[in-house]
Amino acid sequence: MTFTSSINKAANPREQIVDGPKSNVMLSRVAASLYWMSRYLERAENIARLLDVNLQLLLDFGKVSEEALKQHWIPVLRASGEEDMFFQVYGTADSRSVVEFLTFSEQNTNSICSCIYAARENGRQVRDQISLEMWEVLNAAYLFLKESDVDKVWARGATEFFDQVKNFSHLFQGLTDSTFSRNEGYEFIQFGKFLERADKTSRILDIKYHMLLPKVTDVGGAVDTAQWQAVLRSTSSLEAYRRYYVAEIVPWKVAMFLVFSESFPRSIRYCIERVGEFVHLITDTPSGQYRTEGERRFGKFLQQTRFTTPDEVLREGLHEFLERVQKELLAVADHMFDSFMYHPPVDMAAEIRLHQQEQQQQQVRAPEPPQPHRNGR
Amino acid sequence: MLFDNYQTEGFFDEMFEADGSPRPHYAPVYNGLHQVPQDEYKNKQAAVELAFMRGGVTFTVYNDSQGTERIFPFDCVPRVIPVEEWEVIEKGLIQRLTALNLFLHDIYHQQKILKDRVIPAQIVLGAKHFRREFMHFEVPKDIYVHICGSDLIRDNDGKYLVLEDNLRCPSGASYMLENRSALKRAFPDLFRASGVCAVDTYPQQLLKSMQFVAPVNSPRQEHPNVVLLTPGVYNSAYFEHAFLARQMGIPIVEGRDLVARDFKIYMRTTSGLVPVDVIYRRIDDDFIDPSVFRPDSLLGVPGLVNAARAGNITLANSIGTGIADDKVVYYYVPKIIKYYLNEEPILSQVETYLASETQDRTYILENLNKLVVKSANEAGGYGMLMGPWAASEEIEEFRKNIIANPRNFIAQPPISLSRHPTWGEEGFGGRHIDLRPYILYGEKITVTPGGLTRVALRKGSLVVNSSQGGGSKDTWVLQNKVTA
Repeated sequence: MTFTSSINKAANPREQIVDGPKSNVMLSRVAASLYWMSRYLERAENIARLLDVNLQLLLDFGKVSEEALKQHWIPVLRASGEEDMFFQVYGTADSRSVVEFLTFSEQNTNSICSCIYAARENGRQVRDQISLEMWEVLNAAYLFLKESDVDKVWARGATEFFDQVKNFSHLFQGLTDSTFSRNEGYEFIQFGKFLERADKTSRILDIKYHMLLPKVTDVGGAVDTAQWQAVLRSTSSLEAYRRYYVAEIVPWKVAMFLVFSESFPRSIRYCIERVGEFVHLITDTPSGQYRTEGERRFGKFLQQTRFTTPDEVLREGLHEFLERVQKELLAVADHMFDSFMYHPPVDMAAEIRLHQQEQQQQQVRAPEPPQPHRNGR
Repeated sequence: MLFDNYQTEGFFDEMFEADGSPRPHYAPVYNGLHQVPQDEYKNKQAAVELAFMRGGVTFTVYNDSQGTERIFPFDCVPRVIPVEEWEVIEKGLIQRLTALNLFLHDIYHQQKILKDRVIPAQIVLGAKHFRREFMHFEVPKDIYVHICGSDLIRDNDGKYLVLEDNLRCPSGASYMLENRSALKRAFPDLFRASGVCAVDTYPQQLLKSMQFVAPVNSPRQEHPNVVLLTPGVYNSAYFEHAFLARQMGIPIVEGRDLVARDFKIYMRTTSGLVPVDVIYRRIDDDFIDPSVFRPDSLLGVPGLVNAARAGNITLANSIGTGIADDKVVYYYVPKIIKYYLNEEPILSQVETYLASETQDRTYILENLNKLVVKSANEAGGYGMLMGPWAASEEIEEFRKNIIANPRNFIAQPPISLSRHPTWGEEGFGGRHIDLRPYILYGEKITVTPGGLTRVALRKGSLVVNSSQGGGSKDTWVLQNKVTA
């Protein structure tokens, strides 16, 4: 192992004392809250888009059998990572039950509601750090969802509802851009956002892998095209794709656009480039170098992705490639969380013992204080 | 017209004379509001409430199964205090805090006041909030109470009385500031017509007071590191903690963000352990350091008290100040003022009977149905018996407790509390109010001109606490004298 030589294995930097006045310090807990706030909001937005697009996609298919409906929703549930829990709660997958589960379920910690509540709760914990405008959007989103339920969504129109959820997220991002100082906190917010987005794009793309076509010969047919189009719309990339490839929806091109586009802000390549950027800003490690094993691993993954060709992805298999992307994202997320955002909780009992000992030593040293005066002279 | 059916009903009303005419210092408010169509007024009131909800200007309600956040109800009619009245209040509060601070220094050092038998020694030495551990320790600049929020009420003649002093972690200053900005948005014209003293310097003054008391050992005398210590996001006053930290531009920390090493306190940050000099703490003594006080507290920082005793960290307010707002000690405050300052108290206080004194106790027990009985160390309107309105079982319950533990109770005659026009379902009605001004002790003692007027929203109720159906009002101190 030669790489270890360049990795700083000295004491954890978080336990070192930084002396002298420091005006711009950030509590690790605050960094964690900003990061999760940002991730959860991005997650909610992606679920909203995914549900909206798939509801609309079904409209194109006309009358669908119960089984077909189920087959349509299963990949969506799989992308959300909560397929098993869904079937424990609901007998079968139809539009309404999936929407309810992925939007309102409290049990599902990745439902839109759970995500927005968690984003708001994290925002509340760092209420002193974020701008009033950002806080008001989080709070408005929270109040909006608290008043909604699946009946209301069904009655008033799902598209409008999901648009509103997406708008909260966009508004929040815009306000972060225009009202939040470019400090360390900003770096954690952006790191969380792009990490989540890269992960979600990979999962949405993977949905197509699980979607069944009525017949093998349907590849490239109307249904196939409609599905690929839905993937593009789920990542807000339909128009960007069209401008790039001029109109024609070709499955492979769609996949490669969402993996490799250097300019489209939801493509995997674009997002992991940003993740890398913010990793370097947060760690202070010069670009192109690494100081820890976690930084090395992500740097390698980023370099490899930069120089991977579509053919290589084809050979590896798109699904396998996407799974690997998700694994690497998880690794860098864990590494950054452990290094900067997480302090193992204080061992209260040990701390109490330590300071009680200090106290006793101090009392031995200190002169006996005069006895408090008792009544009477 | 909004005030057409308003009745003072024989109470002292802040806004109206006994004959129903508006008091001169309320004239601009009266004229400005009287003409407002009822629907427009309602809309503005609703808009303010919505803005509070949107802004998350809320407090968390305990014993509510849903753990809900509620807004602190706000009433749009401001409470107006003429400058000449305010000058007396201000002087009186400064005098009171000066004396209480000297008292704290004394009882934690030579205890002269006990030796001179101005206060019976056992009252102080046996008090729940007397911290023996802090005998003979110095606090920077000899300041024990940096932030004080005393509660004032007015009796039927309009005389201001101090009801209690809050010398531990008084809350509510954020509402004073939020109320002001809400009312400015809702009724800007009223301000132009009246000339109102600004309150928004409070956070800056608070920060200055904190910086002023940085430990003498600290190498950061120019820019001491000040933090606000909160019990966390589930505390009912979390909004206020975050608000004040934001306004002062200081980090808000929880116990788990701090760690004590070598008698110093550090924050756990992304770049390492950063030393802290001053902690504006919003956690009570009992919970602040589990290695000294309650060992089951998960909110505090083990080692904090050692660091404070070593002179490496300043706590604001200091530990052990609760002894001076003990309701039994309250009885002695006029004597405390005379003892240390050789002055007559400028502000009166409510006549008080001590259950620990034999004669008083007999009187209390014979008149339980006419008196208000209070536990010596409770706050927030808890542990109180309102004799004239209480059920007989409740009275008997208190009788038992008083006999069992007389040191723990005092009694006062009920004070009717002045009333103020307040919006309700049937238009404007008179509701009882009190006043909590905020007093800061730094380089000198300053009182923010204004404060939090709390109002008992239920008709006839005398309980103004937010936890028990109270609301609040913006509080105006006028800039200039009003010529009638």
